[in-house]
Amino acid sequence: MKKHSGNIFIGIIYFLLYAPLLVMVFFSFNEAKSTSVFTGFSLKWYRELFASSTTMTALKNTLILAVLSSVIATVIGTAAAVYIYYLRKKWWKNTLDIVTNIPMMNPDIVTGVSLMLLFVFVGRLVGAANSLSFITLLIAHVTFNLPYVILNVLPKLNQTDSHLVEAAQDLGSTPTEAFFRVILPAIMPGVTSGLLMAFTLSLDDFVISYYTTGSSFQTLPLLIFSMTKKAVKPDMYALSTIIFVTVLVLLLAVNIGQIKAAEKNEKHK
Amino acid sequence: MKKRSLMQRLLGAPYILWAAIFIIVPLIIVVYYSFTDSAGNFTLDNIKGLAGYKDIFLISIEYSLIATVITLLISYPFAYIMSRKKESTQRIMMMLVMLPMWMNLLIRTYSWMNILEKNGIINNFLALIGVEPLKMIGTPGAVIFGMIYNYIPYMILPIYSVMAKIEPSLLEAAEDLGSNGFSKLRRIILPLSMPGVVSGFTMVFVPSVSTFYISQKLGGKIMLVGDAIEKQIQSLYNYNLGAALSLVLMVLILLSMALMKKFAGDSGDNILV
Amino acid sequence: MKKNIIELKNISVKFDDDVILDDLSLSIGDGEFVTFLGSSGCGKTTTLRIIAGFLEPDSGEVFFDSKNMSGVPPYKREVNTIFQRYALFPNYNVFENIAYGLRVRHVPEAEIKQKVSEMLTLVNLEGFEKRHISKLSGGQQQRVAIARALVLKPKVLLLDEPLAALDLKLRKDMQNELKNIQKALGITFVFVTHDQEEALSMSDTVVVMNEGKVQQIGSPIDIYNEPKNAFVADFIGESNILDGTMKADYRAYFSGREFKCLDAGFGVNEPVDIVVRPEDVDIVKKGEGMLDGIVTSVTFRGVHFEIIVDIGGFKWMIQTTDEHKPGEEVGLFIEPDAIHVMKKSKYSGKFGDYSSYSDELDTLNQLPEDEDDE
Repeated sequence: MKKHSGNIFIGIIYFLLYAPLLVMVFFSFNEAKSTSVFTGFSLKWYRELFASSTTMTALKNTLILAVLSSVIATVIGTAAAVYIYYLRKKWWKNTLDIVTNIPMMNPDIVTGVSLMLLFVFVGRLVGAANSLSFITLLIAHVTFNLPYVILNVLPKLNQTDSHLVEAAQDLGSTPTEAFFRVILPAIMPGVTSGLLMAFTLSLDDFVISYYTTGSSFQTLPLLIFSMTKKAVKPDMYALSTIIFVTVLVLLLAVNIGQIKAAEKNEKHK
Repeated sequence: MKKRSLMQRLLGAPYILWAAIFIIVPLIIVVYYSFTDSAGNFTLDNIKGLAGYKDIFLISIEYSLIATVITLLISYPFAYIMSRKKESTQRIMMMLVMLPMWMNLLIRTYSWMNILEKNGIINNFLALIGVEPLKMIGTPGAVIFGMIYNYIPYMILPIYSVMAKIEPSLLEAAEDLGSNGFSKLRRIILPLSMPGVVSGFTMVFVPSVSTFYISQKLGGKIMLVGDAIEKQIQSLYNYNLGAALSLVLMVLILLSMALMKKFAGDSGDNILV
Repeated sequence: MKKNIIELKNISVKFDDDVILDDLSLSIGDGEFVTFLGSSGCGKTTTLRIIAGFLEPDSGEVFFDSKNMSGVPPYKREVNTIFQRYALFPNYNVFENIAYGLRVRHVPEAEIKQKVSEMLTLVNLEGFEKRHISKLSGGQQQRVAIARALVLKPKVLLLDEPLAALDLKLRKDMQNELKNIQKALGITFVFVTHDQEEALSMSDTVVVMNEGKVQQIGSPIDIYNEPKNAFVADFIGESNILDGTMKADYRAYFSGREFKCLDAGFGVNEPVDIVVRPEDVDIVKKGEGMLDGIVTSVTFRGVHFEIIVDIGGFKWMIQTTDEHKPGEEVGLFIEPDAIHVMKKSKYSGKFGDYSSYSDELDTLNQLPEDEDDE
């Protein structure tokens, strides 16, 4: 009895979680322009989606931004993580810890507004026409990505055998060589997961982008926002459905190996 | 030895510079704008002006607290049940919890708007069976619901991950010493899962209290702190008042996090140390 | 005259306020198997790391082949290290791990292949080239670590408690293998361990260390038979350590009577520490030996019986293959060459009788009034 009520509870929560997503998928195939009355099945919104240049540009922009900001953040962040790993002075390590935590703890709106004010302030100082542009947006994205990269790389560093670098040096490698030949490969999983995390955070960011982008550069979330100000056409749903399916496939691909392995373990028990 | 520390410093320098310029300085600038007027002169007018926003602050805190608590009440049993399932099921469940997180916040909230609005899906359905349309959009309930809906996974995941790490042998030891189901929960699982609860609480409360989109779409005329800041900055170009509001919001969040750390003892969730 | 390949002169190391190495000096001969022996915290690993170059001493000098090594980093020293947990590179397979040092030196590919092959044969791991590190057992990992270091033909090989993680039988096999490899290659081995049996069985020379200082250097037989102070006597093997006086040359006084012994050169009536090894004492009928006492406990250890005999309050340990019963009244027969006399040191009185084996239980049981050994 207890088991069933538990499962019913779980089912309800999952249903609530997925209700709007199902609505979204459902209505992406709607014949009519409405997002609440279903008239018939059609693929036209998908076609319109690909035809719309604003949408495609926004998509392209979003991807470029995500790739650039995640790569930059990963490079700076990995170097930072290595630096922090070798730090001895406790007070300095603690200070860096707090500073790194700030963008993660602050609500997006505070991060966005504070960065915007910085850009505006500098812009006024320099007498620039536009304080905000693609560059400011990129800077903002790198900034909120950095802590997550460090958060992914540092634990991997802590996990590596402290003697590995010594062993490499013992065998004749300079410290730099030892890092690239031995440490970097060992922390690669952390670097990769940091990169992925940064990439997805950037893809999905709305609030911070809202405050730090110039009027010329629009990302997908910003486009969606401006469209939701008026009535949303199902082409937005079509886009979201595509994203949904992509993410689902990605998550499956990543997890399926682990799920299968877990199932095998259970059989052997 | 000296060579090593130079190279080390080079590794850390980009990040330290970046953090100084783009994390620390902006915060200082927020403070600066809070205490100056549009001409750059020092003034306390912005701070005084905050008094008028007292109510907005209060309802923002109220709604997000309610939302967070309800989220906790839902997520805790969810996470617990999840952690008792067999491993392959757990992974599938976790994947399904994470999937909505990846969907755009705007779209998800907008979809709910479609479901809840005056001529939205629920009301259309009710009309079909002859029931009066319900007013859902524009009520505090809708806003709170929106917060809960958007941030549930952020509460489930940390609690679940802490619970999953509780060694079965601990629970067996408790049973061996005489604990049955409920006391086991209270004495062992609850205290051990606290770090996850604190983590989840933060991850739900912070975005909830500072949101503007959820209230914009689901709250109708209801205005939260996030809306107020947005209005000042994007519509009225009153950067100074906007900065002051942001400053208070930030301080508010810092205080609540410090409070929570005290409440939960030292779960010490620092990244670096 | 054997050349000294490594010389340490007045090495001192401090971490914060703790003295780790205290004015340590020693020499290591070329081609020797030398072991640093001591319990944790004695400084043996620190000394090894100083030789390897991972740590610079606060004061003192390290000479390698008569060259001063101050400031020379590890990658420029002709020593190689085997780490306690092997430190194999997880991103490389067996072949690449062993080849690492050769690749760093840009050795041509064909030569690498040949040298790695030789090494794999030496450590009995032929065919393991492509195996992944994570799929090796502890013993196999260790042999890869050894191959990785030896392929570079270092002048000195440093081994930091390499056998600590292996189980007993494997450890004994590895002890033999290491000894054979060392003999075959003629390389100087500097071995660190806390296991005295290991040290005694493998080494040409043993350096016993405690509290950052060298307590004694000598061959295993010398260290065992002629410990210099109470610490060494207690650390190596089992010892009955008693408080005594040298009445004159060859005459030692302890346990209330005089004994003939083989040691001389002490001052008249000089207070000394007396060491009698358990296996050197015979249990005889009461009255037929030098001392009389009562058996308080008998433990069967397989290879012999461990018998605790109470003589006037002091608990002696005897090892014998004859069984006795608790409560039995017996005599102890101690030959002159069973008695070893040592000068008093700071360790005198620290190692009591066999009421217990370890220090921990001693402090728990210690009564306010000081227990006295006879």
